[in-house]
Amino acid sequence: MSGQLNWLKGGIALGAIFFITVLFVKPIGVSTQFVILDGIIWNIFSDELVVEDSESKSGYSSSNAYLNKSGGKYAKSVANPLNYGFLFVLFMALGAFLSAKTKGPNPSQTDKIAPEIWRNRFGDEALKRYVVAFIGGFLVIFGARLAGGCTSGHMMSGMMQTSVSGYLFAFGAFAAAIPVAIFLYRNKERSE
Amino acid sequence: MNIFLAILFGTLFGFILHRVGVANPHLLINMLRLKDFHLMKAILLGIAFASFLLFIGLAIGIVDSAHLSVKTSYWGVITGGVILGIGWAISGYCPGTGVAAIGAGRKDALFFVFGGLIGAFVYTVIFSQIKDASIFEKILGGKTTLAQTGSSFDALISNIPGALVAIPIAIIFGVVAWKLPDKIEG
Repeated sequence: MSGQLNWLKGGIALGAIFFITVLFVKPIGVSTQFVILDGIIWNIFSDELVVEDSESKSGYSSSNAYLNKSGGKYAKSVANPLNYGFLFVLFMALGAFLSAKTKGPNPSQTDKIAPEIWRNRFGDEALKRYVVAFIGGFLVIFGARLAGGCTSGHMMSGMMQTSVSGYLFAFGAFAAAIPVAIFLYRNKERSE
Repeated sequence: MNIFLAILFGTLFGFILHRVGVANPHLLINMLRLKDFHLMKAILLGIAFASFLLFIGLAIGIVDSAHLSVKTSYWGVITGGVILGIGWAISGYCPGTGVAAIGAGRKDALFFVFGGLIGAFVYTVIFSQIKDASIFEKILGGKTTLAQTGSSFDALISNIPGALVAIPIAIIFGVVAWKLPDKIEG
């Protein structure tokens, strides 16, 4: 697709951003912020979900065991949405928007509903794709939370640090994703 | 300062993900089908280049090892990876690329992220019931790395300097990225 970087430039750009972030702040991670956004919304409707707590390591605690984990680390982010990790992920959407507006690889109107490979295999019906994208999103974030990180945090950031958990995660993810993709998208192919 | 960096780096990361093509589920699915290795090459080189810079930076002291963050190893890392892998293959998105794809105007990505928010919510709610399961018991020493990092994390290869372990691994990743064919015909 036009506007797309070749693998060499693309790889260098990816490597550079993963390095610069750890140089200045900390490794990139994304999936935690789905929990934080849920917590922010939940907290609007609840008075006791997240409370200030001087006994807790982070200064906050939660009635929910997950948000209260690691000294209330997530509870603190829920109480203070203007934190590094959360803003980082919000602004990723802006970055992609800017790339699309400045001659990046733009999807066509039909691509915006479903990618070509999907349409070749399952047809043009939007609802079908949306339902499957929703189920995919559910599995991806549920799995990422169980694993303690996602493709960014576990695989890229983890393997960059030679972290053992990063290799374990990548093994599990590819061992499942490759056969599922081959099976699900068999038959018609022809990429680009 | 951190707020400014979050905005700058987040925007830059989203921009790069989009430019590389990772936010395009067509390419991602074809990578997983082992038909088109464009993304695989870029991802492997990305890990290699970042790791190379990181361990050089640690060795010469420009990277503060307190910035590192090594995650714990437990069986759930693999199980979670498998569940994520299934969702990744059927949708063509992972958490970061789904967010970036919304910015690029992809509507299916909105449904992906919405599904993700529900998945995160279900996990948050059931966590208290599963947190004592054996799947969370540490394996392979917990928070460990292969190479020494000079931080509080234990290294499995502890008798040689970290850079001498990490840089050869980075070179292997880089060579694989270089040698992989771009596309497999047929």
